[in-house]
Amino acid sequence: MKQSAPKVILKSAWRVWQRNATVYKRTWKLNILPNFFEPFLYLLGMGIGLGAYINEMDGIPYIEYIAPGLLISSIMWGASLETTYNVFVKMNFDRIYDGILSTPVNPKDLAMGELLWGATRGAMYGGAFFSILLLFGMGHHWGILLIFPLLFIIGFMFATIGLLFTSFIKEIELFNYFFTLFLTPLFLFSGIFFPLNQLPEMVQIVAWFTPLYHGVELSRGIFNQLWDIGLLYHFIWILVVTALNTSIVLRSIHKRLYR
Amino acid sequence: MDKPQAIVQAEGLTKVYGQLTAVNSIDFQIEPGTCYGFLGPNGAGKTTVMRMIYCSTPPNAGELLVNGLDVTSNMSAVKRGIGVVTQDDSLDYDLNVVNNLLVYARYYDLNREQASHRADELIEFFQLEEKRHENVRALSGGMKRRLQIARALINKPSILILDEPSTGLDPQARHHVWSKCHELIEQGVTLLLTTHYMDEAEQLCDQIAVMDRGIIIKEDSPWNLIKTEVSPQVIEIRGDAKHRNNILDNIRDKIDFHEALSDRLLLYTQDATSLHTQIQKMDIPLKMLLNRRSSLEDVFLKLTGRGLID
Repeated sequence: MKQSAPKVILKSAWRVWQRNATVYKRTWKLNILPNFFEPFLYLLGMGIGLGAYINEMDGIPYIEYIAPGLLISSIMWGASLETTYNVFVKMNFDRIYDGILSTPVNPKDLAMGELLWGATRGAMYGGAFFSILLLFGMGHHWGILLIFPLLFIIGFMFATIGLLFTSFIKEIELFNYFFTLFLTPLFLFSGIFFPLNQLPEMVQIVAWFTPLYHGVELSRGIFNQLWDIGLLYHFIWILVVTALNTSIVLRSIHKRLYR
Repeated sequence: MDKPQAIVQAEGLTKVYGQLTAVNSIDFQIEPGTCYGFLGPNGAGKTTVMRMIYCSTPPNAGELLVNGLDVTSNMSAVKRGIGVVTQDDSLDYDLNVVNNLLVYARYYDLNREQASHRADELIEFFQLEEKRHENVRALSGGMKRRLQIARALINKPSILILDEPSTGLDPQARHHVWSKCHELIEQGVTLLLTTHYMDEAEQLCDQIAVMDRGIIIKEDSPWNLIKTEVSPQVIEIRGDAKHRNNILDNIRDKIDFHEALSDRLLLYTQDATSLHTQIQKMDIPLKMLLNRRSSLEDVFLKLTGRGLID
């Protein structure tokens, strides 16, 4: 028998996004507050504390050096949490997807809805972070507007990565590996805290293949108005990887939920 | 006049999970406006059949049409016409009672007005007014099941699928669910249910498919099944095994067949009253001697065997 895998119906994906928004609306005030504290604490601890010892990095005040990258990492954490733990619980413990999938919503629509929601949450983390940076006097120029689409696109990219991992695992404990062995190294070695050109060339090559690095470079370029064709390449890298990963993850979720 | 077109039609329907053939090339047809039951022990393949009908799992072979649409190529359209009540509740625990209905309505593209109107109707029909704004976690088992049925009806489906609708409910809640099912049948909804409760099947179903190990071993109305598969009356005897055997040896020629269980003896007969008198006259000490009408349970046990399946 032929197994046709239907195309994504965006309207159905939107319904799934709406469901998550409805749930989130109940507790959003409680939920969003930590998103503002976090950047504040980072900038205080690392920028001002560590910055007292490191005046400049690559010719930029240390606090301003790390802030654009930290912003991007906050998107990464936000979007990843959403499409890992939260999706896993909805899928396996609360059985919410069983209910959703017996409506006209199909597995691929569901996956797309979760990706859009993960991207939204990532953008919210990033947006909160961004507003604190503005308060700290950073990014006060028109070019900074380019950061807004980036909040969502980078959120979407990390949503696809998290969801892909979720689509393969059967035990929730395995997320520990994803976070400590994948996201934490990204956080530390993507050029947020120090330039990668100080490290062996091998590390730089590896970094080029990882997602956070390109986001950090883009963000730092935009914040510090270092306009350069290199920024475009980083952006294209992100778009290509996101598009490829989306098509893989939709298929993977379809396979997981329709068998 | 032509026979009404079947609302669900399966031919050679097969589902294989690895080494296990869960459903093995079955055929069936369900008439619109009736209640059709899949009856069978655990692992018989009932739930898998249901899941194929509501597009939760693809068939490996055969054809399955729901409302005239193929389940593999028209998933969304098929599901639009079906309401599903799964065995384990799949309510949205992050939402309260009314929001479970409203959010569900959105999946079917009902607009806000239609959704809230329909939700009010269903909350009333299933007597959930007082729980309207409660969290779903706070509901009793019976109320959760009612809410699940209510939610399944949000888009006015022509087919309602109930996978073991009364499993785990207390007797009052079961009867409440059954009476709502009867009302739905009267409204013209086609009911499809799986159950391993014989009383449930007898109460609700017009037609029953008895399943075992992935195949349909018998299909008929409950009444015909009882009439053709077992004798109309049963005598149930409890007591020492040797006394039971003693009785059996004496009346073997008076019965159609018997079932010797570990704790009791069942004698299937056309005329229980005279046999009952005869056994009483034998004056053998027994714990229990009871006449009853044969039920679907007798049919079920005869057809699927008494061994524990799982």
